[in-house]
Amino acid sequence: MAATTGNVRASGDSVPEIFESMDYGPAPESPDVVRAWLDKYDRSFGHFINGKWVKPEGRKTYQTKCPSTGEVLATTIQGEDEDVDLAVAAARKAFESWSTLPCHVRARYLYSIARNMQKHQRILTVMESLDNGKPFRESRDADIPLVVRHFYHHAGWAQLMDTEMKGWKPIGVVGAIVPWNFPLMLLTWKVCPALAMGNTVVLKPATYTRMSALMLAEICAEAGLPPGVFNVVTGNGRFGSKLACHPDVDKVGFTGSTEVGQLLRRAVAGTGKKLSLELGGKSPFVVFDSADLDSAVEGVVDAIWFNQGQVCSAGSRLLVQESVFNPFITKLKARMSHLRVGDNLDKCIDMGALVDETQMKTIKEYVEEARKEGAEVHQVSASFPKHDKGFFYPPTLITNVQTVSRVVREEIFGPVLVALPFRTAKEAIALGNNTNYGLGASVWTESIPLGLEAAVSLKAGAVWVNCHNMFDAAAGFGGYKESGYGRDGGKEGLYEYAKPSWQDRPRPNCGEINYTTFAAKYGATVPPIPGSGTVGDKSLTSDGAILPGIDRTYKLYYGGGQKRPDGQYSRPVTGQEGRVLALVGEANRKDVRNAVEAAHKAAPGWGKRAAHNRAQIVYYMAENLEIRRQEFTQQLQLMTGRSEEDCRREVDLAVQRLFYWGAYCDKYGGTVQETTLYGVTAKIHEPMGVIGIACPEEYPLLGFVSLFAPAVVRGNAMIVVPSQKHPLSALDFYQVFDTSDLPGGVVNILTGDRDHITKYLVEHQDIQAMWYFGSAEGSKFVEWTSAENLKRTWVDYGIARDWTDPQQGQGEEFLYQATQAKNIWLPMGDIFAN
Amino acid sequence: MVVRRDFGSRKIGGASLAQTGAPCTDKNLSYSTVMACRNPGVELDLGWVQSTRVNQPATIRRAQYLSTTRTVKKKWQASWLLRAVTCIDLTTLSGDDTPANVQRLCYKAYHPVRDDLLKAVNMQDKGITTGAVCVYPARVKEAVKYLKQAGANIPVASVATGFPSGQYPLSTRLQEVRDAVLQGASEIDIVISRTQALSGDWQGVYDEVKAFREACGEAHLKTILATGELGSLTNVYKASLVAMMAGSDFIKTSTGKEGVNAILPVGVVMCRAIRDYYQRTGYKVGFKPAGGIRSAKDACTWLALMKEELGDEWTHPSMFRIGASGLLTDIERQLYHHVYGRYAAAHQLPMS
Repeated sequence: MAATTGNVRASGDSVPEIFESMDYGPAPESPDVVRAWLDKYDRSFGHFINGKWVKPEGRKTYQTKCPSTGEVLATTIQGEDEDVDLAVAAARKAFESWSTLPCHVRARYLYSIARNMQKHQRILTVMESLDNGKPFRESRDADIPLVVRHFYHHAGWAQLMDTEMKGWKPIGVVGAIVPWNFPLMLLTWKVCPALAMGNTVVLKPATYTRMSALMLAEICAEAGLPPGVFNVVTGNGRFGSKLACHPDVDKVGFTGSTEVGQLLRRAVAGTGKKLSLELGGKSPFVVFDSADLDSAVEGVVDAIWFNQGQVCSAGSRLLVQESVFNPFITKLKARMSHLRVGDNLDKCIDMGALVDETQMKTIKEYVEEARKEGAEVHQVSASFPKHDKGFFYPPTLITNVQTVSRVVREEIFGPVLVALPFRTAKEAIALGNNTNYGLGASVWTESIPLGLEAAVSLKAGAVWVNCHNMFDAAAGFGGYKESGYGRDGGKEGLYEYAKPSWQDRPRPNCGEINYTTFAAKYGATVPPIPGSGTVGDKSLTSDGAILPGIDRTYKLYYGGGQKRPDGQYSRPVTGQEGRVLALVGEANRKDVRNAVEAAHKAAPGWGKRAAHNRAQIVYYMAENLEIRRQEFTQQLQLMTGRSEEDCRREVDLAVQRLFYWGAYCDKYGGTVQETTLYGVTAKIHEPMGVIGIACPEEYPLLGFVSLFAPAVVRGNAMIVVPSQKHPLSALDFYQVFDTSDLPGGVVNILTGDRDHITKYLVEHQDIQAMWYFGSAEGSKFVEWTSAENLKRTWVDYGIARDWTDPQQGQGEEFLYQATQAKNIWLPMGDIFAN
Repeated sequence: MVVRRDFGSRKIGGASLAQTGAPCTDKNLSYSTVMACRNPGVELDLGWVQSTRVNQPATIRRAQYLSTTRTVKKKWQASWLLRAVTCIDLTTLSGDDTPANVQRLCYKAYHPVRDDLLKAVNMQDKGITTGAVCVYPARVKEAVKYLKQAGANIPVASVATGFPSGQYPLSTRLQEVRDAVLQGASEIDIVISRTQALSGDWQGVYDEVKAFREACGEAHLKTILATGELGSLTNVYKASLVAMMAGSDFIKTSTGKEGVNAILPVGVVMCRAIRDYYQRTGYKVGFKPAGGIRSAKDACTWLALMKEELGDEWTHPSMFRIGASGLLTDIERQLYHHVYGRYAAAHQLPMS
């Protein structure tokens, strides 16, 4: 039912008049305390470095304004390169002592910050709303409580690092770059795990919203945090890049747009820095006909009008089952007519102001374009500010659009919802996944089997069942596909701020790479031409007659079969004395294409196999490998010239490793997260999908097994490029695959030039991750090129690891790389009263 | 508001409802008069009833959202509180009720807010009284008498049908209704049979409520669902629909005697049912939360619920009542504070 009061009626505001009209009046929160804080610093702020305010001379300034009134809140500075140097140096110095503190001591500091933040909860709340334009109610009920919760939760992880994160150590200095939509909350998501794991931080808040970060820095100092552990510097986007690229920054944690994420990925490619990206989204909100429609309508409010729709996981694509589409839209329109847009400090509003004029302009352009395409644009609200000092935009619903429209495909980052009908659950999932993004999704149904199946089928880092935009420190948040990688929150989030204990920060030095020509030429490394050698004498004597040896030319292996290379070239594989041992296929881009297709065909079925079944197959591989122990040993000897004993050890370790990973088939499925939700938050470790794996040159068998096995057991399909120099052990292995009941297409093997094949793998848009163990240059190339579709990468920067060492050749790092965490939120409750 | 008879795919049962439907047109409701329009009811549509789904966690979330996004301050708060006063069914339902306290209650209903407070906000001539006085059947006669004595035109509501348990023979429950009407009650607050509701006998619930409605005659029928004894919010929704189909003019949450009484999530569910029923049939049904509403702030939140889920029309006493006894005291205290800027002592306000 439409609201019967609104901005059309101008009723008076005497008690008798309000008694008649029943209008809501203004209900403002006072900004006085925030103003007092701002005034204390004459409304002029610098950086916060090494525990104190630093205001270098001669910096350009930026005026921070309140988006809903235009009031100038303060002047901040635009940092320059030397400011980054100063802050990173402070963080580097602080890292020396901070990283070596006992866990309990770091826990005490984090706990102290949590307590101090609670003490200042109200001023942080008001500051956040003034700075960003978001409703006071949201800062009060969502942002700030979550911020405090994160500090408490991570005080716990700090305490438990020794026991819960065995085998991991701090990374170093973290450069954190965060956006303006949840200024304090999103910085907390970086700072908490970073500090808890023993790192120090230099943070650059977004240009529009710097104030709460600066205030937090002061609170942290007051809470006793040692100087230099947490530093805040302000500046523009270029300044942020400078921070990310600073050689002494060891890890970059970024939340923001996909475009900037791509820039950062390229900027730090090949530097050995860790990177996590939490990027954009176009999250589906799926309503089935079995849903409580009225509740789903409220869910839409949470999904798209929360924070004016400026939420990376905003449910901006409404997908409704055709049978209930019209009634649902009718209900939704009625609900919209009750939404109140107003001043951010008013406690009686649903939506505040957009952060800035440019944001408003972009949104308007999107909506106008949709209108021109013939879409129906519905904009309504119960009240709307009458002044034009703020950047207010009404809640917007767009219908009569289809998947081809830009408003359906692109992230608008505003209060704009598009609605599309679907026919069946299968189609809903297909539409839900028909996007470059994969951050969040929600599913609305009262059917448990449908809700769970849909939640598992939607490719997104967070899936909410009968709710949307639920967050908690105990559950990781982050994306699939072009929504980035890495998780903020939960145990899964800690791995972004820790590295294996045995590993040093790689500092490769590989100079500039021409990304167009790198490894671009087919057959460049070993020309597959006749005359490059003949396969050594394999003739044998039978019944006194000398028989010529049977030619050994290995083919490529994909889709469960041996396939002749598309280029129809083969390359010789030479042993120690330059003797040609065999010829192997020389794969090109078309072979990559075919192999990826085969892998995708196999991936869904393999991912759905019961873990027990996968384990059986992997153990069977171990069994079949051991049967051929002698043969594999000999082949290794022939290729590498190493001793028989050494080669046998490699085979035996490979068998062991298969057992190790066979064991993990059914022991890493996920956990139940202890969030604040009344219900179950289930973290599922889902397979990445299709992974490209370039194996190291050394340990032709063990390296190969160590990499494919964790990927296989966690349900991935893969294209493996075996050791370029010694590929035969991997090729011999396909007979093991075939006799172990591994379904065709799960493991595909392409031989040839490692970097050339890698190039086409990493450039393939439908590969979800690339593992590369090769050169420093190749590593840089992989990281740089991966930016295009933001596939996850795992590279060695040309630094070999000891595959025989269990610490380096197996373990949690491999599980982490082979999976992506999805958190499914399942609120519970039906028991009522008696 | 537009009546959408084509809403959804299901047809409504009653063939003649279009003729009997009496849409509310009275825009100038006075705040102490009886409800303006009736709900004639429709045939029981079990398909509709059984198809309802209520997701409890999401409903609770809606209730929380509502109570944290809507607030009124200062003049607006004072105005809303006065409106709340006009919606109160000022109630006494105790074993020890006697003419003494019933008379006091009736006089308080007629003068719910001190004159000086009303004058201070220029509301002294608006006829501010409570919506009704609500008593047991045996007290109806004197309540009518005292209100008349006081010169008040305030309806007397009587609980009936074996209130609060309803565990009595149908014959006596029907007789209670008739007696209460005969004594001068113009509103009858009946309770549904939880026995029938919990055992899934919606036909039984429907038939009984329909019978009570007939027994009411001209008196308005307010049907108490005793939601705290229905076991699930889905059952609350179903009971709401069945009660409306059977011709209830109001649906009411609780007797005040259950373990859980008027809570906001239940209000959300019942309002949605009212909206659904209205959109499918064109009949408007009123809502009465009762039991546990004690603070002025709560009263504003319930008014906001009506405004948000159903629209401004449902903030009038013709469509909205709050069953309460102590609430009025807190409201009067808040009004005192609004006027004088000080918190009143209890003894400064006439007790009811």
